[in-house]
Amino acid sequence: MSFFWAAVQRDLVLALRRRSDIVNPLAFFLMVAVMFPLAVSPESKFLSQVAPGVIWVAALLACLLSADGIFRSDFDDGSLEQLLVSPQPLILAVLAKVLSHWIISGFCLALMSPLLAMMLFLPSEGIWALVASLLLGTPTLSLFGAIGAALTVGLRKGGILISLLILPLYIPVLIFGAGTVQAGAMGLPIAGYLALLGALLVISLMLAPIAIAAALKISVRG
Amino acid sequence: MLEVKNLLCERDERMLFSNLSFSIKTGEVVQIEGQNGSGKTTLLRILCGLNESFEGEIFWQQQAIDETRNEFYKDMLYVGHLSGVKSTLTAEENLAWMQQLDPALDKVSIAQALKSVGLYGFEDVPCYTLSAGQQRRVGLARLYLSRAPLWILDEPFTALDKKGVAEKEALLAEHVLQGGSVILTTHHDLDVPGHSVRRINLDEVAHS
Repeated sequence: MSFFWAAVQRDLVLALRRRSDIVNPLAFFLMVAVMFPLAVSPESKFLSQVAPGVIWVAALLACLLSADGIFRSDFDDGSLEQLLVSPQPLILAVLAKVLSHWIISGFCLALMSPLLAMMLFLPSEGIWALVASLLLGTPTLSLFGAIGAALTVGLRKGGILISLLILPLYIPVLIFGAGTVQAGAMGLPIAGYLALLGALLVISLMLAPIAIAAALKISVRG
Repeated sequence: MLEVKNLLCERDERMLFSNLSFSIKTGEVVQIEGQNGSGKTTLLRILCGLNESFEGEIFWQQQAIDETRNEFYKDMLYVGHLSGVKSTLTAEENLAWMQQLDPALDKVSIAQALKSVGLYGFEDVPCYTLSAGQQRRVGLARLYLSRAPLWILDEPFTALDKKGVAEKEALLAEHVLQGGSVILTTHHDLDVPGHSVRRINLDEVAHS
């Protein structure tokens, strides 16, 4: 287990030294919320209606934006090779990578989301639903994103391919995530939606690390 | 320790080597020779399990390598073309991570290893401020910590100065003396003090 935490710590230190990794997704997230009312309509009634969808789409795209880099630098400087020839279990290392990616993307997005919710006039009952749905939904996005990143890391131009590969996987999370917020904003119970998001997370947590590890092996050995 | 039987590797429909058989015994230094593109790196990557496009058999301690992969990884140390050194981490942090990856590395003496590779005083500056040769030294500092019997080194002397190369050669000699073995590629005229170096030339293997 000490290996797992050391791997998480290493990735967080790396992210803190290269701040753009942390700032980029958050800036993107914020910009969407700023631009959207300017481009469509600043009317509060309209905005409060579309806020759940807009915030969730922005969060999803912000996660997608940063997913490409999960394994990129490790592949380029040989750290990934060293990981594969080390006796440490690859699955643990993969989980540590995903966790640290989630902390710098999904977790920070969830913390920032109440601000966006206010900017888009989301009813206050919806804010908790928004934070909860993002906290439960974005780890799944990180796990799926890591599958795509692992598959495309060996390709020189994997940028577009990764979006094509993982966007279909993101769609269920988007539907249930935005659904949670919509229900919350209308004062309806959200436990059912959260349970579905949780179920998606559990399934992806069980299966995705295996897929990521296998994909990494293919990318490095290819 | 390591035995290779009838190895065949083809890349882009070009035969790199075929019928390649050799074994590495305890206390041996084996140098893989060949011109650029002759498959030296590919051969080392095959031995490490980082390349699977080959035919033939590889045995580690008389067992097929696929069955004993985890023991093999515990007993070997691989230094590739890419050093595995993160440029935003310091030399000390890089080595601490390498220790995490390989629990067989000595726990106590990161400072000692960095001193041995001549990086005393550079422990806590980010590696991107170091020169190419110094970054290479960070990657090679692992050799001073390693207790793995088999070292697989791919062009370990690139970017090192003459003194650095001589120090590494002395280190190889010490490793071999303690019962370890080394398989490496280098274009440098290898001179391991007190030991003969067995050479395998891939150009000859390919044409035979």
